[in-house]
Order: sequence, then structure tokens, then C-alpha cells
Amino acid sequence: MENVMIGLRGIAVDFDGERVLKGINLDIMDKEFITFLGPSGCGKTTTLRIIGGFVEPSEGDVFFEGTRINDLPPHKRQVNTIFQRYALFPHLNVYENIEFGLKVSKLPERERKLRVGDALELVGLKGYEYRNVNLLSGGQQQRIAIARAIVNQPKVLLLDEPLGALDLKLRKEMQRELKRIQQSLEITFLYVTHDQEEALTMSDRVVVMKDGNILQIGTPQDIYNEPANAFVADFIGESNIIDGIMLEDFLVEFANDTFPCVDKGFEENERIQVVIRPEDIRIVSPDDGKISGVVETVTFMGVHFEIVVDALGYKWTIHSTMSVPPETIIGMDFTPEDIHIMRRMEEE
Amino acid sequence: MKPSMNRTSKIYVVLLMLFLYMPIFVLILFSFNENKSRSVWTGFSLHWYRELFSDQLIMTSLKNTLIIAVVASVIALVLGTAAALGIYSMRSRWFKSVLMNITYMPILNPEIVTGVSLLLLFVFGMDAAAKVNGLLGFHLLPELGLGLGTLIIAHVTFCTPYVILNVLPKLRQMDRFVYEAALDLGCSPALAFFKVVIPEIMPGMMTGFLMALTYSIDDFVISYFVSSATTQTLPVTIGAMVRRRISPKINALSAIIFVVVLSILILYNLYSVRKEKQLKKGGESFR
Repeated sequence: MENVMIGLRGIAVDFDGERVLKGINLDIMDKEFITFLGPSGCGKTTTLRIIGGFVEPSEGDVFFEGTRINDLPPHKRQVNTIFQRYALFPHLNVYENIEFGLKVSKLPERERKLRVGDALELVGLKGYEYRNVNLLSGGQQQRIAIARAIVNQPKVLLLDEPLGALDLKLRKEMQRELKRIQQSLEITFLYVTHDQEEALTMSDRVVVMKDGNILQIGTPQDIYNEPANAFVADFIGESNIIDGIMLEDFLVEFANDTFPCVDKGFEENERIQVVIRPEDIRIVSPDDGKISGVVETVTFMGVHFEIVVDALGYKWTIHSTMSVPPETIIGMDFTPEDIHIMRRMEEE
Repeated sequence: MKPSMNRTSKIYVVLLMLFLYMPIFVLILFSFNENKSRSVWTGFSLHWYRELFSDQLIMTSLKNTLIIAVVASVIALVLGTAAALGIYSMRSRWFKSVLMNITYMPILNPEIVTGVSLLLLFVFGMDAAAKVNGLLGFHLLPELGLGLGTLIIAHVTFCTPYVILNVLPKLRQMDRFVYEAALDLGCSPALAFFKVVIPEIMPGMMTGFLMALTYSIDDFVISYFVSSATTQTLPVTIGAMVRRRISPKINALSAIIFVVVLSILILYNLYSVRKEKQLKKGGESFR
């Protein structure tokens, strides 16, 4: 994981006079599974297309193994792409689709046959060689698209929301499958998604993007436990986000009270935001709790109950395995480690 | 109620078919008539077919028609496909719709207007070429008269829109990422175009080409204006012959044309049915 595979330096892109990427800097390592996560329009797909060579950056440089590749057309790049809707060639059968790239690079037929066979084996579709691609199911088309890309032995595979068109169960299955393929091939996967769960379960590192900027880069644990700001916290799972003031190191004021915390390095009396995850709040008696409030709604979610509590006008969300009747007054307890302090995002 | 409804609709279909095909049936029948009469059947004979094939004028016109149709349709196919690609990849919606309307014009324009305007253009062009050559003192520009050249140019102008109008929908149906996928897999833009885009729009190109071919063979009005006395197409020749008197040779010729068109239609349909069956078969074995 030490070698930098792809380097992005100050990448900016303008579409019709509008800046959609605002100076992206990022190193993508060899053999890592890195995910670009963000809402639609955040610039994640554009970043992917820049690496694929389909979009030319207005500013900045793209490096591939240390060489600047800004002016290299897509067909000369050592990356392959899995497109959102697979983009299989409808006039070719399964075998011909997978063979396409090898044929273009004029590989001898014996070798082509071997490699197509291996690729089909890897995606679990041996025996499907002469099927019509238009009659395959979404999951199968997806696998063919993967086989068609990896058969060329790219150093980097770009995946643009590849599971977006599949139903939930198939999506889970394909997530595991993709992770397995990435590990067995030992190549870099660059994955784009707006699904935070997908990003957390599959990636080595996650890049959270918004409005053409990178908000945070880190391992799934980092991003979940230490979100850089309220947007990341809110986008990655549900969160209680409250305005507060950092009185001094290890002491924060919010909800009309002061609490000890584990964060430091803020200015004195800096206005900050506090994030507390719903599953970190324990329900106790009003006297024992740090904050007390009135239960408004209780919803059964399967594994847990989602309880909404009104305390001083702020609606707290709590995930708890035990239920409480609405209208009761409860106490909410959490430890200093459960309090995450984040700098305010610049107002937009 | 239902059976009587059925009978009514059956009768209706039979009447409709009679109305549509009676004239052609009579024509074919009388093309085998021994006699010259158009109303009295005197016996079976291939006499008129023999006459037809020995008629020099008709044979030359047929040859002209086929040459013009094939050459003009091929040129229209290339021009029309290129134009469709250009219109498809245009960004400005406004300019796109203006171009589409310009494309429709030759189809909507009355043929007689197109014919007259083409004739005027050719006459003007020949005149201008002669003047330039006279001024220079040598033959820089070719001084073509009306003939095969002008006929082909005229046919290309009214055939090209049919290709454009058939290729454009196929381009719109195409997944635009398919082209990018080809680039991604190592194709240069030109190779990607031939390996992926052309196969995708081929059905539209074929339909456009066949329509161009049909309209070219069929055209009378425009060809009438831009042909010369020595170089004529079949419809123009027939038109001239009929004005004098209808020879049963024309019956024989029409019968042949009808049979040829009918067999092409049947072959095309058989081909599509077979293709559909293959697709379905593939689907069943897959399940």
C-alpha cells in the first residue's frame, strides 16, 4: 500500500461556466479499495471520469505512477471502467463482450480464450459464453461488465455506482463479491457511491465529498467515529448535531449545561458543533441522566427502537433495544468519549 | 353477436384487399395475354415479356435507373449517417431543431418545386462553368449537361433526409456509455465508432438505405426535370411511352417490378421473423 498509484493535484473542473470540482488533492495507493462518497452532484463521478480520461480538468494535474497523464486519451490509459448501466455491447454475446479489449490489443486467440475463461470463472459465470447479453439479469450483466474490465488486467478499476440498479439483496451479495474480486486480483479499486453503508463495508479508505470539495479522507472507522464536520456526521449514519461552545480544552457547553469531553485544540469559547450518535445514548431515570427530556415518538426498527426525545426544543434521536412509552420523562446519559466536537462548516 | 361480427370483419378485409390489389392482379393477368386487348382474354403467352426484353429504350432506362438508385443511395447513406451523427452530438437545442426542420424540408416540399429548382440550379451551374472556362481560355471546370450526373445529384438530395431520419432515432436509443466503454477498452475514437456505434445504428442505416433505394427507383417528377432526352430513368421512359399508347409491354414490366418488390418484402420479413425466433430461443435456453 506504499506506492502512490494515482495522484490528483489541484484538480478543478468547470461545466458551462460552473465550477463542479474545486481543487481536489488526493493520493490513491496501490492495491487499495478507495471509495468516493457523497450526495449526487458532489463531483465524485466527475473525479472518476477525469481519471478514466473522459473529462479534461480545467486546472490541475493527474498523475499515474508518477507520470502526468492529463493529455493521455482514454484508450491509452491503464485503467478500466465499470459504467453505471454496465454499457455492455448489445450486438455481441457474453464471450465477445469480454474478449473485446483483448482483441483490440491484438492478443493471440489462444491467450484470449484462456483469459476470458479465467475472467468468467472469477465472476462465477462459466458456461455463459454464448448467451445473449441483453437477456441476462441485472446481476449477471454486472458480472459480465466486471469480467470485461478485469480481463485486461488493469492496474486500477474504476467503478461508477455499479450496484445502483440492483435490488437490495443482490446489492449486498455483489458488495461481498466485489471485495473478494479486489482482494484476489490485488489491484486498486476506485469506487463511487452515494450509499454510505456500501462505502463503510467495502472500503479501505473513504473520501467524503460535497459541492466539489473533499470534506474528509479516512478509514471507515475514522469517518464514522470522528467525522470532520456536521455534514460528514449526518451523511454517514444518523446523528444528533447540536450547536455548542468549546469553553476550554476537554470542556464543552451545549444544551444549557457543561460537559467534560476528550477533545482539545480549539480556541477558547470557539463556537462548535457537537455530534452524538443515537446508539451511544443510554436511557436512564431523569435524575441520573445528563440531559432530560420528554419522549415524543417510538418506532420499532427491527433490531432496535428509534426513540425521539424533546429536550429544550432539540429533538434527540436515540437507538435503544428497550422501549419507553411516549410522554414519559427520561434521562439521557453518555460518556465523554461519545461526544464528538467538530468545527463549524463555513456558512454557504 | 360475435360470429356475425367476425363475418363482417372478414368481409371487410376481403373487400379491402380486393380494392387494394385488384388493379395489380388484373395487370399481371393481362401481361400474359396473347392479345393486345386490355379487356379480352385470348390465351396465355410470354410474347410481351419477349418484346419487353428486346426493347432497347426500356432496357437502357432500366440500367440507368438501377445505376442511379444504387449510387445515389450509397452516397445518401454516407452523407445521411454523417449528418445524423453531427445533429445528434450537437449541444445547442435551438440549432438542433433548426437543422431538423431543414432536414424535413426536402420531404415536405412538393416534388415539382424541388424538380424545377434543381433544373434551374443545374442550368445556372452549367452556364457559370462555361463562362469561367471561356474567361480562362481553357477547361478548368467540367461542362456537364443534364444526364446521369445531374440525376444522381438530384436523387442524393431527396434521398439523404430519409437516411438521417432513420439513423437519428437509433442514435438516441443507443446507450451513450457504450461508446465510452469501447474507448475504455482500448479503442481509438475511430475504431470505437466502427466497432460499436455502427453496429448499433445499422438497422436504421439499412432502413434508410432501402427507403432511399425505393424512392430513387420510384421517382418520376424530379427525374423528369433533370434528365436529358438520351439519359432517362425507367419511370420517365414509361411516362413518355404511356402518353402515346399503353403497350402491354408496360404490363409485363410492371408485373416484374411488382414481383421483385414483393419477394424482397417477403425475404425481409422472413429474415426478421427468424431473427426474433433466435432471440427467443436464446432466452429459453437461458432460463
